[in-house]
Amino acid sequence: MAKQHITTTINGEPTEFLCEPNETMLDVLRNELNMTGSKEGCGSGDCGACSITLDGRLVCSCLMLGVEAAGAEIETIEGMADGETLHPLQQKFLEMAALQCGICTPGMLIAAKSLLEENPDPTETEVRYWLAGNLCRCTGYDKIIRAVMDTAAEMRGAA
Amino acid sequence: MTDTTNKWIGQRTIRPDGAEKVTGSAAFAADTTMPGMIWGSVLRSPHAHARIKSIDTSKAEAHPGVKAVVTAADIVDFPVDTPVALGIQDMRWMCRNVMAREKALFHGHPIAAVAAMSEAIAAEACKLIEVDYEVLPHVIEIDDAIADGAPILHDFIEFEGKPSNIAGTIEHTKGDIEAGFAEADLIIERDFTTRPVHQGYIEPHACLVSVAADGKATIWSSSQGQFMVRAMTGLLTGIPQSNIRAIPAEIGGGFGGKTIVYLEPLATILSKKSGRPVKMVMSREDVMRASGPTSGSKSTVKIGVKKDGTITAADGTFWLQAGGLPGAPVRGAVGCALAPYDIPNGHTLGYDVVSNRSKVAAYRAPGAPLGAFGVECVLDEIAEQLGMDPLDLRLKNAAKEGTKAVHGPTYPLMGYVESLEAAKAHEHYNTPLGPNQGRGVASGFWFNAGGESSAQVNITEDGNVVVTTGHPDIGGSRAGIANICAEILGIDYQRVSVLIGDTATIGFSNLTGGSRVLFASSIVVTESTNKIIHTLCELAAKIWDIDPEAVNWEDGEARPAGANAGQFPPLTLKELAARANESGGPIGESTQINTTGAEGGFGTHICDVEIDPELGTAKIVRYTVLQDVGRAVHPSYVEGQMQGGAAQAIGWALNEEYIYTKDGRVDNPGFLDYRMPIASDLPMLDTHIIEVPNPKHPQGIRGVGEVPLVPGLSAVRNAVYDAVGIRFNDLPISPPKVVEALDMPKAAE
Ligand code: FES
Ligand code: FES
Repeated sequence: MAKQHITTTINGEPTEFLCEPNETMLDVLRNELNMTGSKEGCGSGDCGACSITLDGRLVCSCLMLGVEAAGAEIETIEGMADGETLHPLQQKFLEMAALQCGICTPGMLIAAKSLLEENPDPTETEVRYWLAGNLCRCTGYDKIIRAVMDTAAEMRGAA
Repeated sequence: MTDTTNKWIGQRTIRPDGAEKVTGSAAFAADTTMPGMIWGSVLRSPHAHARIKSIDTSKAEAHPGVKAVVTAADIVDFPVDTPVALGIQDMRWMCRNVMAREKALFHGHPIAAVAAMSEAIAAEACKLIEVDYEVLPHVIEIDDAIADGAPILHDFIEFEGKPSNIAGTIEHTKGDIEAGFAEADLIIERDFTTRPVHQGYIEPHACLVSVAADGKATIWSSSQGQFMVRAMTGLLTGIPQSNIRAIPAEIGGGFGGKTIVYLEPLATILSKKSGRPVKMVMSREDVMRASGPTSGSKSTVKIGVKKDGTITAADGTFWLQAGGLPGAPVRGAVGCALAPYDIPNGHTLGYDVVSNRSKVAAYRAPGAPLGAFGVECVLDEIAEQLGMDPLDLRLKNAAKEGTKAVHGPTYPLMGYVESLEAAKAHEHYNTPLGPNQGRGVASGFWFNAGGESSAQVNITEDGNVVVTTGHPDIGGSRAGIANICAEILGIDYQRVSVLIGDTATIGFSNLTGGSRVLFASSIVVTESTNKIIHTLCELAAKIWDIDPEAVNWEDGEARPAGANAGQFPPLTLKELAARANESGGPIGESTQINTTGAEGGFGTHICDVEIDPELGTAKIVRYTVLQDVGRAVHPSYVEGQMQGGAAQAIGWALNEEYIYTKDGRVDNPGFLDYRMPIASDLPMLDTHIIEVPNPKHPQGIRGVGEVPLVPGLSAVRNAVYDAVGIRFNDLPISPPKVVEALDMPKAAE
């Protein structure tokens, strides 16, 4: 199969890549573009470690084809901080120790950011259900949920 | 917990590796690449049990894009009659686990591996390998494996003079249990089973190996010990350890499951044969089929008590699944089962049972939850029959300083009683329950571990600090080390950078496992840092031309010890670092020690559960973990261990299990069907840190990470009993079982 030439936007940067028609967006990011912040925990849409946003919508990049990125706006963990300034969620995850091994963290952060964009004032239950697609085996979720709620409160205060 | 005497120990500092972890730039094993890199793929057995009559790799080798093929013939053979121990592992089993030798012993057992220009070509080529199998009858469950006439996995294993699937036993005895039971007013004996569960780390095993033309190998991999990777890969490939450099990638969870190698030796041989760097990454299916898990178990526990609750005797027998090769964590089960209690007459016996499942790997307090499960459930029933509060029953029999445990040691100062008292006084324990809710408690113990650790502490020319240790940081240990080093030096913790060295750059360090990392690495870091302070004081003495004994190190600077020492303005670390060459030169100290003094850890859990009688679901509505941690150097990561362990226990108790087809194949090798707890399954997990300092450690540290898995299975199960009045003795307590039991309330009793 001939490789496809795709033009897209990733973290605000116009980006081009070549990919096999059956190659997942996760493999494109990791293997073609060397953006390894998105992780593969399962490859089947069950762990959320590969979470990115596609035109603002939260998706598992392991379930998306690279060719679907054509003409779209993609956001990944690599675009979350602004230079040396961390996103408030990233900062709060560190302050509140919301990660242990950190393999789930990029996906958690992307999913949490997309939650707060949709719902700046989520209840604990809403956070838990929104993040239900993001597995973490280390933390028991407690500190993650608290960090998301605290960030939401802080961002509301700042807004 | 606020600390008034320490500046950094006990503070919730930001971990040194934090920014990399939240921005996606931290390099885990699968994130590493090299120029010219090719990909490896593993051919795995489709059978649960089969003799390998022949393997023909010629078609695969001829396939375009294929660069190398490896089979068991390329792996160093360790004959079955000569044990070769490496830590708790035996290379006889390791060489047969990384690649099936005489037989395929489980569905997913590696048969061969291929390296090719792409992952897809490597996978295609695997399908071209022709394997002639003689399929043999298989056996999965313990009862079937120990039954008369069971298919025997290994003809070299005998038990009681006959070929058997029982590969070994461990036994502990104290006192006279028959006399003890004769004294009892109440004796309860019950049978229990638990299912094998996977460690469930989110990062699949992965490695990248490059063997250069001179035979020197560099390995990047995700493991709980780069020195273990070096040793095992060396033994399995025949490459001397001095020619292997094992570089620890960031590790995406392990929980014990990454204390052995799977891919590294295969990738090393493939790289050697192909002359190219080879990358191998397991799929989630491979992880579930062929790595880990921990043992399933069956057990019988019998406990006798006086009317006042005093235990007179306890007896536990435990059968643990080892998987296809020997090595179930029997020691953890028989050692930890009765460890929280002062028992005059006790006996535990454990069996290591092989069957056609993947070989077990360590999982957080290996074996201990299996031992504790039956004991903590029987104690719950005894408390009910005596009309005693279950915490009071435990308090009555709690082990304390001076107690001689059934598994041997006499305990030093420790905080088990404190965990029970804190539980009793906890607001959680005294809050009324709602409808369909129940509350359960249970306790648990883990040995903890010392062992070899190395640290290099260097003062940079600008007066900051670089600490290198040899243990992969799996849950924030770098933060604890920074706190300790900053505390001792009296400087801001941000001036301390903490790195994990590779096998060529730091001295031998044993695994990240056994809850030993902060315990052991703080000992070597403390020693190195103290030596540095000594050097700094000598340097100041030289500059001031006074006696080194007359210099004190305080708040990050050298000061004259008193008026008699002379009047000199203090010299800071920065100033001394800049003048290091005036005396002795660069400032750095290494320490390598086989650490001792790791004392056991104890904890108690309180669980509230709510049962949906229609759906049979058990929802955890409240959970509190109380544990003696000795000293919480970084309370957030201590709490994180307590919470993470509890969450894994909840999954084990309620949902997680492997499903096998009748052909002996794993039918649920993915996160959809192997159901680990998700965020919406759990409440907040409350923690209560108890600090009874370990008298044998400079900071009072005890291991933390493993204890919190141990009590959880029974705490959940006892809570379910309290809610619905049914004693589930077989895990998991999954919704169909609950619905069935509620329909037939007497059947489960
Ligand atoms: S890797 Fe995409 S959901 Fe797990
Ligand atoms: S921090 Fe390890 S999986 Fe979430």
